[in-house]
Amino acid sequence: MADRTAFAEEAMQYAPQLYSAALRMTRNSADAEDLVQETFLKAYRSFASFQEGTNLRAWLFRILTNTFINTYRAKQRRPVETDLDDVEDLYMYKRIGALQSASRSAEDQMFDLFTDDEVKRSLEELPESFRLPVLLADVEGFAYKEIAEMLDIPIGTVMSRLHRGRKAMQKRLMDYAQARGLVPTPASPAPAEGSTETATHG
Amino acid sequence: MADCNETLRELDAFLDSELSEETRVAIRVHLEECPDCFQAFDFHAELKLVVSQKCKNDEMPPGLLAKLQQCFGDPDEPTLGEDPFAATDELDAGPDGA
Repeated sequence: MADRTAFAEEAMQYAPQLYSAALRMTRNSADAEDLVQETFLKAYRSFASFQEGTNLRAWLFRILTNTFINTYRAKQRRPVETDLDDVEDLYMYKRIGALQSASRSAEDQMFDLFTDDEVKRSLEELPESFRLPVLLADVEGFAYKEIAEMLDIPIGTVMSRLHRGRKAMQKRLMDYAQARGLVPTPASPAPAEGSTETATHG
Repeated sequence: MADCNETLRELDAFLDSELSEETRVAIRVHLEECPDCFQAFDFHAELKLVVSQKCKNDEMPPGLLAKLQQCFGDPDEPTLGEDPFAATDELDAGPDGA
């Protein structure tokens, strides 16, 4: 078994990541703070069951996710939202992919297009069963198998929820971009060069 | 080599590095030869990066780090080895906490 002081030190370095993830889960800072504290308490109390060689970060995120599902979800008293409207594949790409000019890198443009707040909100507005897989995969970079274990759902379910959650998130981001006049609304599509090819692609 | 349909169908798993070696190579070969699919891939790779970068690094409330440090308490206290994934029984308790 590892030394507990070393364990505490190593765990502390993940505090900022855990707090950000807790904010995306609970959507308010007071609950996020409580959730992270509870996660650290549980981690400390169950230290003896931590197998050395286990990925500590994944173990902490698993405790965080589990605690959120068992405690804060019930506390938040939100209706259990389980479904999403269907959004077509490549929704966002078909609308703005073709608008990107060659003069700047796609990365710069995409990065400047949305504010931090818009991206956070588009994730936080997803129903929980889609929000958690997208958060764990796209923000925290966990593998499908790890997410399946954290959420106690089959890998196939992780994949389908990720796919649909990402599409729904992209639709919300497009709504923000349209509201700010950054991209044309669907009612008045700009006949951008090459857009026809893109729109019918696939 | 994969075709456009297969490439777009496997795009998520490709971006997430979750494909078998064989499929991954087949998709990569197609992406190198098909500008349309490459553009779609590139767009989603950038989007994934933007989402990951913009949804983290929230500033922690002042004092939280100190509170978390306290969670680790006394290093001489015996560790219980509780199951950290067990459901809390809090919610099952009656109104009197019985």
